[in-house]
Amino acid sequence: MADQKIGAYICKGCGLEERLDMQQIEMTATRDGKAAVAHQHDMLCSKEGVEMIRNSIESDEITHTVIVACSRRAKVEAFNFSDVAVARANLREGVIWLRPDSDENRETTQEMADDYVRMACAEAKAMHKPSPSGEQDLNKHILVVGGGVSGMTVALEAAAAGYPVSIVEKSGALGGHVAELYKRTPQHAAPAGVANGRNVDLPGAEDTGIEEMIKRVEENADINVHLNSTVAKTSGAPGRFSVDIATESGSTTTENFGAIVQASGFKPYDANQLPEFGYDRSADVVTNLELEALAKAANGGPIKRPSDGKEVTSVAFVQCAGQRSDKEGHLPYCSGFCCTTSIKQALYFKEQNPDCDTTVLYSDLRTPGAAGEDFYRRGQQSEVIFTKGDVSEVVTNGELTVKFKDIILGEDTEMVADLVVLATGQVPNSGPDPYAVAPSDDDEEEGGDSAPEENTVTVSVESILNLDYRQGSDLPQLKYGFTDSHFICFPYETRRTGIYAAGPVRRPMDIKQAVDDATGAAMKAIQEVHNAAAGRAAHPRSGDLSFPSFRKEGCTQCKRCTVECPFGAIDEDEEGYPQYNESRCRRCGTCMGACPVRVISFENYSVETVNQQIKNCDIPDEFDEKPRILALACENDAYPALDQAAMSGEELTPWARVIPVRCLGSVNLSWVTDAMNSGYDGVVLMGCQKGDDYQCHFVRGSAMAAERMSKVGDTLSTLNLEPERVVIHEVAITDIKRAPQLINDMAKVVEEIGMSPFKF
Amino acid sequence: MTEVVATNETILVVGGGISGMTAALEAAEAGKKVVLVEKRPYLGGRVTQLYKYFPKLCFPTCGLEINQRRAKMNPNLTILTMAEVTNLAGEAGAYTATVKLSPRYVNDNCTACGACADAVEAEFDDEYNYGMKKRKGAYLPHVMAHPAQYVLDPAIIGSDDAEKAKAACKYDAIDLDMQEEEVNFSCGAVIWATGWQPYDAAKIQPYGYDRFANVISSVEFERMSDPKGPTGGKLLRPSDGKEAKNIAFIQCAGSRDRNHLLHCSRICCMASLKQTTYVTDAWDDDADVSIYYIDIRAIDRFEDFYQNVKSNKNVKFIKSKVASVTENKENGNPVLNGVDTEGYNRYANEHDLVVLAVGMQPSVDQDSFPVDIVVNREGFIEQSDSNGGVFAAGSASDALDVNRAVQHATGAALRAIQVVNRVAGAEG
Repeated sequence: MADQKIGAYICKGCGLEERLDMQQIEMTATRDGKAAVAHQHDMLCSKEGVEMIRNSIESDEITHTVIVACSRRAKVEAFNFSDVAVARANLREGVIWLRPDSDENRETTQEMADDYVRMACAEAKAMHKPSPSGEQDLNKHILVVGGGVSGMTVALEAAAAGYPVSIVEKSGALGGHVAELYKRTPQHAAPAGVANGRNVDLPGAEDTGIEEMIKRVEENADINVHLNSTVAKTSGAPGRFSVDIATESGSTTTENFGAIVQASGFKPYDANQLPEFGYDRSADVVTNLELEALAKAANGGPIKRPSDGKEVTSVAFVQCAGQRSDKEGHLPYCSGFCCTTSIKQALYFKEQNPDCDTTVLYSDLRTPGAAGEDFYRRGQQSEVIFTKGDVSEVVTNGELTVKFKDIILGEDTEMVADLVVLATGQVPNSGPDPYAVAPSDDDEEEGGDSAPEENTVTVSVESILNLDYRQGSDLPQLKYGFTDSHFICFPYETRRTGIYAAGPVRRPMDIKQAVDDATGAAMKAIQEVHNAAAGRAAHPRSGDLSFPSFRKEGCTQCKRCTVECPFGAIDEDEEGYPQYNESRCRRCGTCMGACPVRVISFENYSVETVNQQIKNCDIPDEFDEKPRILALACENDAYPALDQAAMSGEELTPWARVIPVRCLGSVNLSWVTDAMNSGYDGVVLMGCQKGDDYQCHFVRGSAMAAERMSKVGDTLSTLNLEPERVVIHEVAITDIKRAPQLINDMAKVVEEIGMSPFKF
Repeated sequence: MTEVVATNETILVVGGGISGMTAALEAAEAGKKVVLVEKRPYLGGRVTQLYKYFPKLCFPTCGLEINQRRAKMNPNLTILTMAEVTNLAGEAGAYTATVKLSPRYVNDNCTACGACADAVEAEFDDEYNYGMKKRKGAYLPHVMAHPAQYVLDPAIIGSDDAEKAKAACKYDAIDLDMQEEEVNFSCGAVIWATGWQPYDAAKIQPYGYDRFANVISSVEFERMSDPKGPTGGKLLRPSDGKEAKNIAFIQCAGSRDRNHLLHCSRICCMASLKQTTYVTDAWDDDADVSIYYIDIRAIDRFEDFYQNVKSNKNVKFIKSKVASVTENKENGNPVLNGVDTEGYNRYANEHDLVVLAVGMQPSVDQDSFPVDIVVNREGFIEQSDSNGGVFAAGSASDALDVNRAVQHATGAALRAIQVVNRVAGAEG
């Protein structure tokens, strides 16, 4: 890097000039920061200011710019110089807005500002402009695993946008469970113009349209269907997935794909686990899916009961059968589709024979949205009886007697029916969870709180994707076997980049939701194809071109990086070295934080870029009584919380020096020990909430950091330092008062226990 | 003059709430040019006014930070705030959009330093806090607002305050002569993501929202719970500032009701369960919550959240459509009257504060909609081939929670891409 040349551009606006000695700042940049060029401007973010920077970059042949102005979160568009490496010194939110404007504070405020300038210059020096690896080309081919409604939707929607698709379907036919239905619940609410009144024309059950959909898939030249096939092996990464597709007959073909959607659907809940409802004793107790077969057989005529073929004249629907229950073998969740399904099925009877008694026994009738509530009304109009009742037993002595507690009347009662339909739920058809905690023999993991988590939902252990990844064969699961995303705002966040789950494998859902979900998943798959080709990161560091590499000669093959990566991005090669897959990587830096020998780095973010910042902060000697507190703050939550604190007039101790980190998971323990060794008096680590309701957008980053830092006490004691000098906190983006307070608290601690003896 | 560079391969997204932002970003990150038009002065829409999300109880601003960073970094995205689509002419693949831009009176020079707000005096109802608080006539709508630019209230234009604001700004960011503008540009597909509005609680006459200070709406309660909100996060009832510990939630306030919204708004059960945790977190064992409901609709994994709240002994569930709310004149307590259908017992229960779980009304104005579009009788946009290149996203299409709205918006982005890719294909 012989040609490295730093340009420092210093803003005087927003009160910086009034509060700080700008000549001093400039001198710090050139003298300490070794900036070859330093320019001040009254308003750096203005057109003229930005032009000044651009001109200087060009004429002075600047390779590394340091923007001395506001927070890296402000004026992002203005200071976006993609042709050079950029570091920012945050003097506005980071210094003057967090410090009181008074004479006695002037000196410490200036010191704070000067330090941030030194730190930014040092960071810049250790940075390189990121450039993509070119590891992948554009491969627009998308693999869809599963040929039900979800999978076919992905295929049709992606193909309609110009992306060829291959569907791999395990069975001999497309259509999935929907092909087993007589009709589907209505997808629309009443159209505009239908009166708001009783006995109006409301949408009823519809044809499933599955045959037409299958035909469209089969006729689409851009969709290739592999029936009786499974995925035998998936290797590679987004943009260059290599997939072995095995047929039942034993032949295997290998195809390359840019992205993958897993739409492996659900398995119907096994009603044999409901002996109380007589499913195993009477042929006339059926599940909702089995009723569809009866309705199909009847094809609009009278539905006959299985035992003796008698026309059904009374039917009871038992809602939440084996669901919303903490009993062993039951599903703890609500499957969401069963209320409207029972209404639909009750209407099968009512529309054929209005005198048929149809009773839906429910605890909460769940028909959300406009279409859902209109369909509920349609059921009421057709005189389906809805009874809030808790069914305890179905007695099967010749006739079927449903015993239940009538919740409204508060009494135990019963009804006789020709047929009982159990509204059973959906069990996700997931592969094995790579992070499933194996039932442990050692008593280590006993720590009781997680008992409700251990709900025994039986999930297939057969792999769906057979990923040839270091961290397991399938998509990680969230809860109850579903492959959902944990994030409310990012439902397609996936822990295996470029592989998206869609449909009921993600969470229980009806057809309409599955179609919506599948369309979204197709969108994400298409997007990832382009991201991979361009070497760009996917959410949450969208567009980031940096990627990790490691210095092979220093690597001890300890495997921490390959194990800790939250996204399973790193494999091991034959020799046991880590093998990075750029397009699987989300750029959190957890691998970098994990590495005990510090050989992993990104072009613009490395052990060195942070270490240089730490080291280039001026540490006054012990007798100055000016402690230094290092705060490492998550760039997405803690750092913005500090910015907002600044905007809201909160105060921060002048001893603090804050460095944003991509994720607390990227924090290398060496930063903490180096900081202590170079005379910092305290270190505050601020990351996101971990645990069940984790808020870390890199999933396990903050948990990993906490794990690593639990060992920092040993290091401190070898240095003869008090353990209170290093703390780790969970900080949310809303912690506007608390975030600065936590750092101020450390200042108090230092005041109590005294300055670090490591000042030279 | 504002200029928008766009072609028939550009996607127009109308509405910059969570759905519109998502649709715009997903399309832009797939390489498409996108123009995002938002009526408010900032992006994020209603989720910016929420304190927490269910079921994780995490903070909407956390995801907003990521989305705003995505928006700042993406060169494919053009954002127009204080903007409304007034006309859309043409057909799928070849629309001309007309957008009205209201004057912000603050230009891109703004550094969000706040000097203008310090300089002005007049105060106005703060929309961001549903009028529960005042703001200045020069203001940043909220602390994370993007674009991070102040706004001048049109009411101060021509007053001394306007001049004071202008004088206080060192960066020539205040332009008092800014006028309403109209811009026209091409686009191939349109994503309609105008979201929802809370059903007007005053229309539910028996509940006395317009008569009793201590009957508030769920969106107002959300602001009250937020430490950044009008009460600093303290649950204080409006009439006398007393700590509200005994709080009633009335579900389906204006939803599933032939006199109001026919549909189920889907989110309100979970929203009230979430808000119940605000109460139990604030007061621990002194909390006393009653939820009056018809059905608790906690679908899929949300069931866990329901069971959790239900297991709290300080939370009661009363299956009842509340008939009316009256007021105890002596202490200002609202009194809920009705029949508990589990056992048919009449009740007249006094509470400190009543929260109406108001429904979601689509913000789709059929009368002024720029093109023919299929809506259902509740006013939500239906998916239909006759909508041409216009696709609804999020709660313009149905009452959806945030997660489902984002899913839906992601799908809508693909539908729009299909249209513009056909245009690209045809144009070679």
